[in-house]
Amino acid sequence: MSVSSAKIKIFLKLFASLRLDRFDTAYREYDSGTSVAGVIRIEGLPEKEVTLMLVNGRHVECDHTLADGDTLALFPPLGGG
Amino acid sequence: MKKFIDALKNYAEGDLLPLEAERIIAEESDLTIAEMEDAALCIGILPARYARNRNTISIAEQRILFQSSVAVVGCGGLGGYIIEELARIGVGHITVIDPDSFEEHNLNRQINSDMDTLGRIKVTVVSERVLKINPAVTILPLAEPFTIKNGARQFADIQVVADALDSIPRRLELAEVCEKCGIPMVHGSVGGWYGQVATQFPGENTLQKIYSRYSGERGIEKDLGNLSFVVPLIASIEVSEIVKILLGVGSTLRGKMLSLNLLDMEFTEISF
Repeated sequence: MSVSSAKIKIFLKLFASLRLDRFDTAYREYDSGTSVAGVIRIEGLPEKEVTLMLVNGRHVECDHTLADGDTLALFPPLGGG
Repeated sequence: MKKFIDALKNYAEGDLLPLEAERIIAEESDLTIAEMEDAALCIGILPARYARNRNTISIAEQRILFQSSVAVVGCGGLGGYIIEELARIGVGHITVIDPDSFEEHNLNRQINSDMDTLGRIKVTVVSERVLKINPAVTILPLAEPFTIKNGARQFADIQVVADALDSIPRRLELAEVCEKCGIPMVHGSVGGWYGQVATQFPGENTLQKIYSRYSGERGIEKDLGNLSFVVPLIASIEVSEIVKILLGVGSTLRGKMLSLNLLDMEFTEISF
């Protein structure tokens, strides 16, 4: 199998309001080389509503490239007081 | 002074100092309540208002709290409860910062908003309440906004800053000022069924990570609002963090964030 056609399996976890009308957790397959920003786009998540991203429990920026078997957790911004 | 110390020992009931004894001693001396209680704590006599603290917070720790200074930035939902709990636990110096007055839409969650306080300046109302609860507390009300420019002055002599703001950019500015001033900051924020708390020490840039992709002034609370039971829960966790920092006990959320989802009852801890 060539690298370009390889798929990666990601465990995607949505937190707080991101899961409303979506899902809490799901296994997803993406093309190899997909970034966190790519997942946000593919899943149709509102860009402004995802501000904290963790891969395997560690904070990452949205250009982080995912690897097969990663767990990706996405959080929305809370700003109320 | 010896006469005063003798009076404290004479009027104390065991190692507790009841309010009535404070009143009598105040009439016999020219000391303020704060000076009297500090002296009492110094010789191992506990003001009786703290009687239910004593098996968890020692008299020596109670004095540390009494000599501590905390700034609460924002006196609305989170801030109202944070200030209430700091005053009751016995933090001796509280600076409260907020330029706003109480409005009708505050009534669903802000403890100091009621029919009598609508339209009144928030820091004035909370100061009055603190002195009703605990007249030994020194409260400094600042009816002005926190800004990058004001912050260093507002936080002079402050040991911990509590974030009770309602704006993401202001929070990032608060984190920046705390960083520059070398002050630990306890962050809390809410929206709908959700809340989060984090503790940031200088050099950690935790807030920048939490809000790394934010744009705009507000978060999900813009659509979801803020609920009466979420606000005091987050405020209470913030106060527990503040007390642990001041006393140097326990484990804090330093370098972490606790995310609370009360709809699904999920509490998730994140490490940065």
